[in-house]
Amino acid sequence: MEVCMDGVANHRSVSPVSLTWPADVARVPYRVFLDPAIYAYEQEILFRGPIWNYVALEAELPNPQDFKATFVGDTPIVVTRDKEGALHAFVNRCAHRGALVCREPRGNRPTHVCVYHQWSYDLRGNLIGVPFRKGVNGAPGMPEDFQPAQNSLRQLQVAAYNGLIFVSFDPQVESLAEYLGPDMRACLDRIFNRSVQVLGHARQFISANWKLYAENTRDPYHASLLHLFHTTFGMYRSSQGGGITLDAKGRHSALHSYRKTEAEELTAYKNTDLRTYQDKYTLADPSLLQGRPEFPGLTIQAIFPNLTVQQIQNTLAVRHTIPRGVEQFELVFTFFGYEDDDAEMRAIRRKQANLVGPAGLVSMEDGHATEIVQQAIRRDQDATSIAAMGGREIAGEESLITETGIRGFWRYYRELLGIAGAESVQKENGAWTHENYASR
Amino acid sequence: MDARELRFAVEELLHAYVRCIDSDRLEEWPEFFTDPCVYEVMPRENADQGLPIAVMYCDSRGMLRDRVVAQRRANIYAPHGYRHMLSAIGVTGHEDGVVSARANYVVYRTFLDAVNYGHSELFSVGEYHDTIVFENGVARFREKLVLVDTARILSLLVTPL
Ligand code: FES
Ligand SMILES: [Fe+2]
Repeated sequence: MEVCMDGVANHRSVSPVSLTWPADVARVPYRVFLDPAIYAYEQEILFRGPIWNYVALEAELPNPQDFKATFVGDTPIVVTRDKEGALHAFVNRCAHRGALVCREPRGNRPTHVCVYHQWSYDLRGNLIGVPFRKGVNGAPGMPEDFQPAQNSLRQLQVAAYNGLIFVSFDPQVESLAEYLGPDMRACLDRIFNRSVQVLGHARQFISANWKLYAENTRDPYHASLLHLFHTTFGMYRSSQGGGITLDAKGRHSALHSYRKTEAEELTAYKNTDLRTYQDKYTLADPSLLQGRPEFPGLTIQAIFPNLTVQQIQNTLAVRHTIPRGVEQFELVFTFFGYEDDDAEMRAIRRKQANLVGPAGLVSMEDGHATEIVQQAIRRDQDATSIAAMGGREIAGEESLITETGIRGFWRYYRELLGIAGAESVQKENGAWTHENYASR
Repeated sequence: MDARELRFAVEELLHAYVRCIDSDRLEEWPEFFTDPCVYEVMPRENADQGLPIAVMYCDSRGMLRDRVVAQRRANIYAPHGYRHMLSAIGVTGHEDGVVSARANYVVYRTFLDAVNYGHSELFSVGEYHDTIVFENGVARFREKLVLVDTARILSLLVTPL
């Protein structure tokens, strides 16, 4: 099917891109990971479109006048907290000649002043000062009709949910609560159940398109096959229980897994013959995994388009995906615990951080997996990948061997960008919601 | 041990340590540490803010060994080798047989995979903050803090720094 990507009304048009996308949403054309025109279109229609973008934890800006510089898509922005404690966000680009106004990653200050000609802005991004505006020594200054109020920094919609800050370029965007939906909110409520405290950051720079990572975080199929740490040390079986919850539109997902009984796992597993079954190694120092019971199993929650919330053992982190061009993205991990953690719990989280992040024993390979896709697809942009594991439905499932979350991502992506494609089958019954996960 | 002997011993330890990693003798790497020990790869970004999370944090030789077994058997990454450059090695303290030392390091990574075979790139820049003790005359790290300037890790970190 030949379709045109300029189908979204009321948006500034970028050069339309023609893209062949099979009717089947379980087929993904490689072009979407490679074409600079599609990348530009995404920046305009998706990141600046009717969605919420994660930008920070409230715990990163605890005090009045704190700020954090980050990105929405590849647009630099600043999130601030004003003197009254309210959150604001604006595009980090001076109204004068376009310089970056805020040049530090984080800090605290009452106003933001551009170093180039010292135009200054308040914590909402309003222009409050223009040097020599009225002229100097008889020189005329800015024209009479120049109005500071019309020349502020571009201000974004800001909303927070349970300490997670999101922004949107679109004033018409649905409320954040609606955007997340009840199942995703329930999942966030489990983790963000009380005040959190930031424990550290880690950054990974990956040579692949950002959407390959959006697929990865919605893909429980790879978990026991790519990540061999647990299986190598005899701590995980792919027969373990779990499933995936999707929101009503399929754009967000939450993967859960939990252990069945040991015996049950072993019999199921020994009947298969995968390289993931090895039991000859044991940890020389098992203290790594001696955590505290806190949450059952593991949760990887992917909020469209750029946020991942993870709970693996006692490690808690948010991961922010920042596109850095067609074939690069950065992944910023912010590890956190709770304000009321005791010293022992803090020590557990510190030690278990070994499991995740750029050097994570159980998950360091996710970024690399996206890179080996990027390295191999370049020459055949109209060829497609297959995301049909578990069928063609887009719905929650009580199975980890599924690509339903990936199909949900692409269906919503196509809808946002106005790419036609046949409707996928929506499974009406048997949807696996967060409620029936929580009740087990 | 006089100051010159001490400095020589520290330099020998550091050089032996990086040669061990650069020649892929990772099974010997834990022996450079006492047991217990602390080996920590800490982004300077976190250290500057007083935040406790490191990208690697091991507090026993066993944990170091587990890292190596995981690298050899469990982790998936593009095969590569390192080349360390050391400079500004200095003894910063010496008390009751416990030596503090610092050194700058630069690590280049060379890929050995099918796509990027032979490509070298600057991978990590930082500083070693070491606490060294002598066990039966053998110098070992009781603490090795790798303070990493290059907070943005290219792809992933599996081979220790
Ligand atoms: S560009 Fe910012 S003040 Fe001129
Ligand atoms: Fe993964």
